[in-house]
Amino acid sequence: MYVSVKGGEKAIEAAHALLAEERRGDPAVPELGLDQIAEQLSLGVARVMSEGALYDRELAALAIKQARGDLVEAIFLLRAYRTTLPRLATSLPVDTDRMAVRRRISATFKDIPGGQVLGPTFDYTHRLLDFDLAQPSAQGDAARPSGEPAPARPLPSVARILGEEGLLEREVPGDDAAPVADLTRAPLSFPAERDARLQALARGDEGFLLALGYSTQRGYGRNHPFAGEIRMGDVTVEIQPDDLPFTVEIGDIEVTECQMVNSFKGSKTKPAQFTRGYGLTFGHGERKAMAMALVDRALRCRELGEEAVGPAQDEEFVLYHCDSLEASGFVQHLKLPHYVDFQSELVMVREMRKAAAEAAPKAEAAE
Amino acid sequence: MSAVDQPLLRVESLTRYFGARAACRDVSFDLWPGEVMGVVGESGSGKTTLLNCLSARLRPDAGRVLYQTRHEGVVDIYDLREAERRLLMRTDWGLVHQNPRDGLRMGVSAGANIGERLMAVGARHYGEIRDAASAWLGRVEIDLSRIDDRPRAFSGGMQQRLQIARNLVTAPRIVFMDEPTGGLDVSVQARLLDLLRELVRELHLSVVIVTHDLAVVRLLAHRLLVMRQGEVVEAGLTDQVLDDPQHPYTQLLVSSVLQA
Amino acid sequence: MNTGGYNFAYLDEQTKRMLRRTILKAVAIPGYQVPFGDREMPMPHGWGTGGIQVTAAIIGPDDVLKVIDQGADDTTNAVSIRKFFAKTAGVATTTRTEDATIVQTRHRIPEKPLHEGQILVYQVPIPEPLRWLEPRETETRKMHALSEYGIMHVRLYEDIATHGRIATSYDYPVQVNDRYMMRPSPIPKFDNPKMDMNPALQLFGAGREKRIYAVPPYTKVKSLDFDDYPFEVQSWDQSCALCGAGDSFLDEIITSDRGDRMFVCSDSDYCQDRQAARSKEAAE
Repeated sequence: MYVSVKGGEKAIEAAHALLAEERRGDPAVPELGLDQIAEQLSLGVARVMSEGALYDRELAALAIKQARGDLVEAIFLLRAYRTTLPRLATSLPVDTDRMAVRRRISATFKDIPGGQVLGPTFDYTHRLLDFDLAQPSAQGDAARPSGEPAPARPLPSVARILGEEGLLEREVPGDDAAPVADLTRAPLSFPAERDARLQALARGDEGFLLALGYSTQRGYGRNHPFAGEIRMGDVTVEIQPDDLPFTVEIGDIEVTECQMVNSFKGSKTKPAQFTRGYGLTFGHGERKAMAMALVDRALRCRELGEEAVGPAQDEEFVLYHCDSLEASGFVQHLKLPHYVDFQSELVMVREMRKAAAEAAPKAEAAE
Repeated sequence: MSAVDQPLLRVESLTRYFGARAACRDVSFDLWPGEVMGVVGESGSGKTTLLNCLSARLRPDAGRVLYQTRHEGVVDIYDLREAERRLLMRTDWGLVHQNPRDGLRMGVSAGANIGERLMAVGARHYGEIRDAASAWLGRVEIDLSRIDDRPRAFSGGMQQRLQIARNLVTAPRIVFMDEPTGGLDVSVQARLLDLLRELVRELHLSVVIVTHDLAVVRLLAHRLLVMRQGEVVEAGLTDQVLDDPQHPYTQLLVSSVLQA
Repeated sequence: MNTGGYNFAYLDEQTKRMLRRTILKAVAIPGYQVPFGDREMPMPHGWGTGGIQVTAAIIGPDDVLKVIDQGADDTTNAVSIRKFFAKTAGVATTTRTEDATIVQTRHRIPEKPLHEGQILVYQVPIPEPLRWLEPRETETRKMHALSEYGIMHVRLYEDIATHGRIATSYDYPVQVNDRYMMRPSPIPKFDNPKMDMNPALQLFGAGREKRIYAVPPYTKVKSLDFDDYPFEVQSWDQSCALCGAGDSFLDEIITSDRGDRMFVCSDSDYCQDRQAARSKEAAE
């Protein structure tokens, strides 16, 4: 006698217990501390903060620990937490010209005011496994070298220098009084403005944007990019309280900014000049910032009168599919039961096969 | 004045700019019931822009397109609400694209392609829709056994004939055609032109046909507009314009064909 | 697990007000998809976040909640969602359809008729009925605005031409109140007739796609068809092996590796009620 499946609740609880056990792994191995994750897996933390849209190293580290190192899952955890937080204030735009720069390179000029600052980068490392890292270093914590002191003076961006000559399009200053789009409060609508697009891209999945950015380089919406400048360092976040005549600094955050400079032959109404693509991430997220800048520029095709020929230029395609939470959730929802839909299809397929089988002998008989 | 005494379409000083350049400037003409108007000119002459403006797909910067509706008198098509304009386009008007892929649904069967306009205006009886589709396949000389095949599997000439059937199924009064024979082999072109000529006569259709091919308008068009650099440089009865061209550009156009 | 202090039914009150405004608009324009500012929920998109947000916006402390997935109260995702509201809203839950004030569902409408005052909340994966044809939101919105729905019948035409019948068995498109084309979510077409003139309010939440729509009580819901190929629902040769019902949607259960199978009600509450009634009868 068949008895319908019961005890879903117990099964779920058991699954959670198992998950906790797996997450911890062998109890003989010391448990990870959040400080270890924040300090030693800092690029993972940066990605989770960026795509999780919340600048908090400790919470990002917690999310990574809870997610067993699955960054997309960690981003999800952080987002679900973030959505419950109250909005206390809206910050003023950060001024990246005043960034305390730890890395700053330009691929368009050999030398630039303030110089090229290589900073901490994987570039030019030979990707050879360093077996010394397999063991905790002998010197322990004392081994940390003191980095070069960040230049105190502001570094004008390459974009600003080009802009003064009129070679690079001016960024049209937005209306400071107008509210900035916020996709976490209002749904996307099309055509989307650039503020909404940049927000979606900043929260967008790095892998997806990387592939799209790459596709523009291979000819699916080519936009002739030059890495005008990539800079990484700390910027100050300020707010303007309603009832105070001055601004208040609420802290520093580490960001990576990419200003892509793109050739543009001009159109009937616009003379030739360079155009821009923009990327920004929390923490050190160079690959994401560059990919984002490529895709940002690709999505400006409508505004610049270019024909949209590649997926990266298709606004609805890019913006509807760049969010890892939405994509991951919907792909994985296929795990949920679909008994009813499947049963409906089974009934139909059987009926159709039966009808076909009944029709076949008749057709033969008629011949 | 009765509707019979009025043109079906009256075009007044139609002008459309792209940037500072006028893609078509100050074009005026009347189209009468049953009349085929040919628009000729080389590529870039503005004939496609003109067709887009006429067929409610590109709002002109100046000028009017007045249409004599069946029941509501004369309307400027750009004064209509979008819903009315789109309804007009799938009932009273037809549009035949140069590339059948732009005018057909390649993913659904030939029968559905023909039936779509009927369903769009409320046909809800499968058998009747299918009968209409079958009848139209016959009229455009496509074998009935192909009714459930997708147009992807059709030759270029068949696709073009299917596109024509798909447009004519709602008995439109005006059909706009953009290089309908472009990209087809000469023998296929000839067959298509014969078919078009028959259908125009039987159905008393008004047609605006844009082409660079003078042979096409010689066979189909009653009257001609010759366009160059966005302007109409010569207009008149087809035979008159082709046999005794007045404007130097028309002369060049005609002589280049003769030499070819 | 320490989850700290969350608001009643998880969402903050401001968000709930936004959702309620959206729902009111949806009720006012039956079948019309109203965009809303979807919130990230603590479960994945595609797992009912739309339905959960709708439920969170309408639920009060006195409500009695029933959650079903595939018709059953004990499927894992139904259990998980019911637990979520029991935890974050502290409301009473039930498996009995007639006792619930709110029924959140995925893929089924309960077999027992709903009554006035009840609300049925559907979880919706893809709300746009025209999406199969036209991937672009800008274009589909225009088609809705202008009631350009001919293409829906093109799809049915293709089914009949190819298969001799309308070969859509679930998420079968409907027209609401003679106006908006609507996807009923992936319920089997067996359930479509229950939507028509239903005394309960029907709300549909699509979180990932950020749309809410509604069918108010006693509203006409028509399944698309042709005059000569009328809409039909599924039927089975068997009855439920547990309760003997011949009028319910049946799940097929494989009972051995030789392919033996049996059919039982997908609606677990309906089936249990009938089993109880039978054993009572037998005892008497």
